[in-house]
Amino acid sequence: MQWETVIGLEIHAQLTTHSKIFSGASTRFGAEPNTQACLVDLGFPGVLPVLNEAAVRKAVLFGTAIEAEIARRSVFARKNYFYPDLPKGYQISQYELPIVGRGHVEILLEDGTTKRIGVTRAHLEEDAGKSLHEDFHGYTGIDLNRAGTPLLEIVSEPDLRSAKEAVAYAKKIHQIVTYLGICDGNMQEGSFRMDANVSVRIRGEEEFGTRTELKNLNSFRFLEKAINFEVERQIDVLESGGEVVQETRLYDPQKDETRSMRTKEEANDYRYFPDPDLLPLVIDDEFIAETVRDMPELPEARRKRFEEQYGLPAYDADVLTATRAAADYYEAVVAVAKDAKLAANWMMVELYGALNKAGLELADSPISAEALGGLVLRIADDTISGKIAKTVFEEMWESGKHADAIIDEKGLKQITDSGAIEAIVDEVLAENAQQVENYRNADPKKRPKMLGFFVGQVMKKSQGKANPKQVNELLRNKLG
Amino acid sequence: MDGWHLKSIAELSAGLARGDFSSVELTRHFLDRIRRHDGRLNAVITVCDKEALLQAGAADERIQKGEAGPLTGIPLLHKDIFCTQGVKTSCGSFMLDNFVSPYDATVVSRLADAGMVMLGKANMDEFAMGSSNETSHYGPVKNPWDLNRVPGGSSGGSAAAVAARLAPAATGTDTGGSIRQPAAFCGITGLKPTYGRVSRWGMIAFASSLDQAGPMARSAEDCAWLLGAMAGFDVKDSTSVDRPVEDYVGQLEGAIRGLKIGVVKEFFDSGLDSAVGDAMSQAMTELEKLGVELVEVSLPHSKYSVPAYYVVAPAECSSNLARFDGVRFGHRCQDPRDLEDLYKRSRAEGFGAEVKRRIMIGTYALSAGYYDAYYLKAQQVRQVIADDFRRAFEQVDLLLGPASPEVAFELGAKATDPVSMYLSDIYTIAVNLAGLPALSMPAPEVNGLPTGLQLIGNYFEEGRLLNVAHQLQRVTDWHMRMPEGF
Repeated sequence: MQWETVIGLEIHAQLTTHSKIFSGASTRFGAEPNTQACLVDLGFPGVLPVLNEAAVRKAVLFGTAIEAEIARRSVFARKNYFYPDLPKGYQISQYELPIVGRGHVEILLEDGTTKRIGVTRAHLEEDAGKSLHEDFHGYTGIDLNRAGTPLLEIVSEPDLRSAKEAVAYAKKIHQIVTYLGICDGNMQEGSFRMDANVSVRIRGEEEFGTRTELKNLNSFRFLEKAINFEVERQIDVLESGGEVVQETRLYDPQKDETRSMRTKEEANDYRYFPDPDLLPLVIDDEFIAETVRDMPELPEARRKRFEEQYGLPAYDADVLTATRAAADYYEAVVAVAKDAKLAANWMMVELYGALNKAGLELADSPISAEALGGLVLRIADDTISGKIAKTVFEEMWESGKHADAIIDEKGLKQITDSGAIEAIVDEVLAENAQQVENYRNADPKKRPKMLGFFVGQVMKKSQGKANPKQVNELLRNKLG
Repeated sequence: MDGWHLKSIAELSAGLARGDFSSVELTRHFLDRIRRHDGRLNAVITVCDKEALLQAGAADERIQKGEAGPLTGIPLLHKDIFCTQGVKTSCGSFMLDNFVSPYDATVVSRLADAGMVMLGKANMDEFAMGSSNETSHYGPVKNPWDLNRVPGGSSGGSAAAVAARLAPAATGTDTGGSIRQPAAFCGITGLKPTYGRVSRWGMIAFASSLDQAGPMARSAEDCAWLLGAMAGFDVKDSTSVDRPVEDYVGQLEGAIRGLKIGVVKEFFDSGLDSAVGDAMSQAMTELEKLGVELVEVSLPHSKYSVPAYYVVAPAECSSNLARFDGVRFGHRCQDPRDLEDLYKRSRAEGFGAEVKRRIMIGTYALSAGYYDAYYLKAQQVRQVIADDFRRAFEQVDLLLGPASPEVAFELGAKATDPVSMYLSDIYTIAVNLAGLPALSMPAPEVNGLPTGLQLIGNYFEEGRLLNVAHQLQRVTDWHMRMPEGF
């Protein structure tokens, strides 16, 4: 039988506000437990939430980026359930009236075509705290630093047909939110979390199969693996005459499998109702216009601009705009280096190579964009050769020094004074009379290859500093 | 010292300014009265002797330096629903018997900034759920007019204490009548402001869309002084309204001749005790003498207010009270076996019967499959009721009716019959559903027990309410009577 996979994703993007969505406490990651939770976050008797405007603006930016309807009136609701890391006994979220309505993104498929994926909605909500089960001798520790951190929950349509498509979609959303600067995208710290709703059906059928919801997918790799496992599992169940149970399943990356967490029968009745502590959120056109005015350039637009403005090939433009950080870095390099193509090569080949080898992210690069630009500039203006530049690059990587400082200190400045080069050329020719003789007697077709010997000698004598172009020219003239 | 407790806030303020007595002396006087009389009333849960005298000392300094306001040095009681930093804030519940608040409610800090002295925390129905003050973990409050009767609820401690002159004034909260009904039962004046006029920050939530804090004192004039200090926009409460606070005292003497007051037909139905009805008539006659025109108006949907209220309020309370889970503060059961046991026993032990009843009603009303039929329908009824009021205010300036269908009933009389208890708020609840301001003021007694005349105003017309009440109090003495034995 031919099976078709149907996937919808729910993505929780933590918004980069300084303070929490309903309180003034800081959202900084990694502080001592419970040091960034104020009375509001702790759900003390009598406290009240006040909406953080910055969170609203970030949601508006996202909605605009995916060409969605921005609701002029949206409503916060309470999602009621008991859990120790949910201090109030309810989560403030948006239910019937979310701030961002239907929108869409385009993903690139493996065959090179694009596919439009619908975004059903995106809504603002607060995060819960964390329950810590280790190190408490049978008790559970509660850290409420994360409680009240603003989240944008982005819900896709069930438009995805494979784990690969799901990953492409998730990466696209990741790219958009990081480009917009509304989420830092850090998956290790939980700033970008994914849940997948997965079902299978016989190809050609209209109706969806029974879905399961996969949780705990904290990397693109796990997202792909979990979906693939789950699809296989569901097909196995169906082909052996069973039925898929609607349930929430947890992905275990160690065992690479999903297992049941709770079934539909065990699911909470969240008793949603509008939060009476918060008035409906009403925003007008002016608020939206003001917010969108500062909208950063989106990845598609930037990629196209890189091709046009810098004359980069499509591939380079794509690689360099993969993340906002990369694109920002590249443009900072170009600003100093002037030569856009050379800058692209040095960033993609030398810098990425070195980062890869060291297992570092671009953000951790020991060479700043300005410093790399400084190096590329010295290649472009013939101060050093590409070969010397590699040495300088290594030195920069190790010492953190600026290219010009290293060139100065080590006397690596290229010799471009034709008189000086001619003197060296003459010396070399004088010292290698036999080779000069051979060259002159040789078949002209073989000469270019033989010229390399003299070039090598001159470069060696100049300690690599002679301008290779000038050396070549001089040698050809003198050897006749 | 004799008679200080008989003076109005304005008189006390003048006495303090003149140096006739100090705030410390005044505070001692009231603390002493609480000590001597509260044994019979049980109106106060926590007496703050030390803190009160410190605050009084600070107030005296302000007065001496000429930095005092009109309320500086005047003592008051706070309903124990308001969070008070460093002082137990129980909300009348065993659940919070061990809870010392780390912060002050906005109402508390505003009145403290005005220089008022907190004598202590007043008894109340548990989490403000009750109409008789019998649901308090700390035992029922007795009505000073008849110790066998209830003071009303949920602000029963506040009302009883002011009526017995154990404090010049008190704060209260009103979700369905919790200021007005006890004010009526105890013969004092109590005002429930427009929803959003007074900040709810630090006021432990019962039903967030209905709860509103207000003053309880002996007269409209005293209430005007207090409201001016309590009211105002608060950035910490998104439902508080950003609108200037009026000079309520300055409006007290405004002319009321020619005002049109609507007598709400539905509030004089067969459910009203006829003697209370007679008392209302006497009060209305006095109003007419002042040149007020009385016309009958109808609020045709007000009969749905009690059922709508008993869906909306429990629904919100079921969610608001979820935070009392034994995890971070409040009562935690001994040796829980697991998380579920911790929740179940902490809450089963911490909450009283009425609170549990409302949590269950509210949980049911919000459940999948019932939400539309109950909660949503109740919200629609709420709108219909608000529309009734809107139409009425197109015809008249104010509305009038009794605050309660009867005088204070006997302790235990309704304790086992929740529905009859709920109906004792039948004339007050519609006001909360619409979010309007209303006050209850003493009207003629019935068999030696106070009755309450309710005046209802349009949104933010607290000034006019207090104005009319004050003018009536200028020509009557019902509010001057006090129970014997105090």
